[in-house]
Amino acid sequence: MSTDPKRWVAGHVAALPKSGIRDFFELVAKMKGQDVISLGVGEPDFVTPWHVREAAIFALERGKTYYTSNLGMIELRRAVSAYVEEHFKVSYRPEDQVLITVGVSEAIDLALRALCNPGDKVMFHQPCYVSYHPSVSLVHAEGIAVPTYAKDNFALTAEALRAAWQPGAKILMLNLPCNPTGGTCNLEQLTKIAEFCREKDLLVMSDEIYSELTFDGVHTSIASLPGMAERTIFLHGFSKAFAMTGWRIGYACGPSVLIDAMMKVHQYTMLCASIVAQEAALEALTRGWDSVLKMREQYHRRRDLIVRRFNEIGLKCHSPRGSFYAFPDIQSTGLTEKEFSFSLLEKEKVAVVPGAAFGENGVGHVRACFATSYEQIIEACDRTERFVQGLRR
Amino acid sequence: MNPVLKLLLEGGSLSTAQMAQVAGLSVSQVEQHLEQLKKDNIFLGWRPVLDLSHEAAAAALVRAVIEVKVTPERGGGFNRFAERIARFDEVESCYLMSGGYDLLVFVKGASLQKVALFVSERLSSIEGVLSTSTHFMLRCYKEQGFLLADNESNSSRLNVAP
Repeated sequence: MSTDPKRWVAGHVAALPKSGIRDFFELVAKMKGQDVISLGVGEPDFVTPWHVREAAIFALERGKTYYTSNLGMIELRRAVSAYVEEHFKVSYRPEDQVLITVGVSEAIDLALRALCNPGDKVMFHQPCYVSYHPSVSLVHAEGIAVPTYAKDNFALTAEALRAAWQPGAKILMLNLPCNPTGGTCNLEQLTKIAEFCREKDLLVMSDEIYSELTFDGVHTSIASLPGMAERTIFLHGFSKAFAMTGWRIGYACGPSVLIDAMMKVHQYTMLCASIVAQEAALEALTRGWDSVLKMREQYHRRRDLIVRRFNEIGLKCHSPRGSFYAFPDIQSTGLTEKEFSFSLLEKEKVAVVPGAAFGENGVGHVRACFATSYEQIIEACDRTERFVQGLRR
Repeated sequence: MNPVLKLLLEGGSLSTAQMAQVAGLSVSQVEQHLEQLKKDNIFLGWRPVLDLSHEAAAAALVRAVIEVKVTPERGGGFNRFAERIARFDEVESCYLMSGGYDLLVFVKGASLQKVALFVSERLSSIEGVLSTSTHFMLRCYKEQGFLLADNESNSSRLNVAP
């Protein structure tokens, strides 16, 4: 009889590929203390605004250390409902259409678990956030990657969606603006996607975590388009806009039947999100908008800086309309994205993430996060320039 | 807003070359902006922000805030007083205030004695000064936007994250 503990690991978990970021993470971790500039993070460099942290401390002082309603504190759900209505033009009832979750990551897991039967097909645009495909696999559903391209600034097009569609497709996952590409869709593109979803009776899971960090034009939620709120689960959180990644707090809004189904899974697994994080989130929504605008302005200038520098260096880089990621094309160097990233780290101590970590359509690109100081961005670009020039010599 | 002024207001410590990159300008354009701001008397000059609790940084160890009540002059109001007081080398800043007193004066000196002498001999003896109330600063926690005990650390953040 085998004694290998592997025999106890579930087949579908054993079959999950290792995150493409993991190897690279370990390599960078080994270089700690060596003056590495990391553009490899996926979070703001800002610390959570003090008034938000202070509200959490106050909550602890008042003894707020207990469970909340499974759905989350009603005061927070009311604030979420008002915020979403103001910024995204969609109305949700705080009583039964809003669920507070442990980050958007939990919300995605809940939605997939609540809505997918084994074998259901879930579409997502790619390159995409590293957890999308594995989350689909974990519920025994089947993922369909829809490619997005640099020529479209990585916007999802209805044409690509139609080409990838298969019978049995049930859900479309959207992440606009997108991690890692910064791609978004304009109103016309979004309208066509919405039409396609209605035509094929697709449910949309729309992860809009980067929406506040839209630099050009205004962000439109697909849920706000005619006939879409009833077939959309709107997912959002506090990590990016309010610099609250470590608090793990987010929310899902949608038709009450779907929110109720997600709540069932949530109550038996998570019970509720941390009350301290909920109190902090309430403060962020109530008084945090000025901080969001200040941080957005900073990201905006950093984006312009890094995109300009990458293009000057000869790494073709579209200007991401949102998020804090630049996704330059590095093929002109003659290296693969993996070679480029490893070699840049080794020679010049700048960490960027190979694009293929975000799916096969990320090939030929690297993700560079510009949520870091001007000085660091300038230094990282200087080093990258030296590296690229060295290759061409 | 003038892009260079915007960067100055954010309080970073960018060099002219770095400012040029961030604002998308040439170095000479940034220098021109700085010159213009100086000409317009908007940008008055550079000053380091120091933590004066360190001996090495403490050119003037003692700092005080003085509330001054004056009798406004016919014709001159408070301006002549304020300008007169502001000219003393010991005075770092001087403001006209609403409320319980008229002028708020920030003073520095090499010793408590020197600041006390300045108040008793120079400031209170100006004709029209009705009263002064001097508060010595004991300890600084935040200096012009900089936290002195900044124990927020970014060092345990992940270097690579999804």
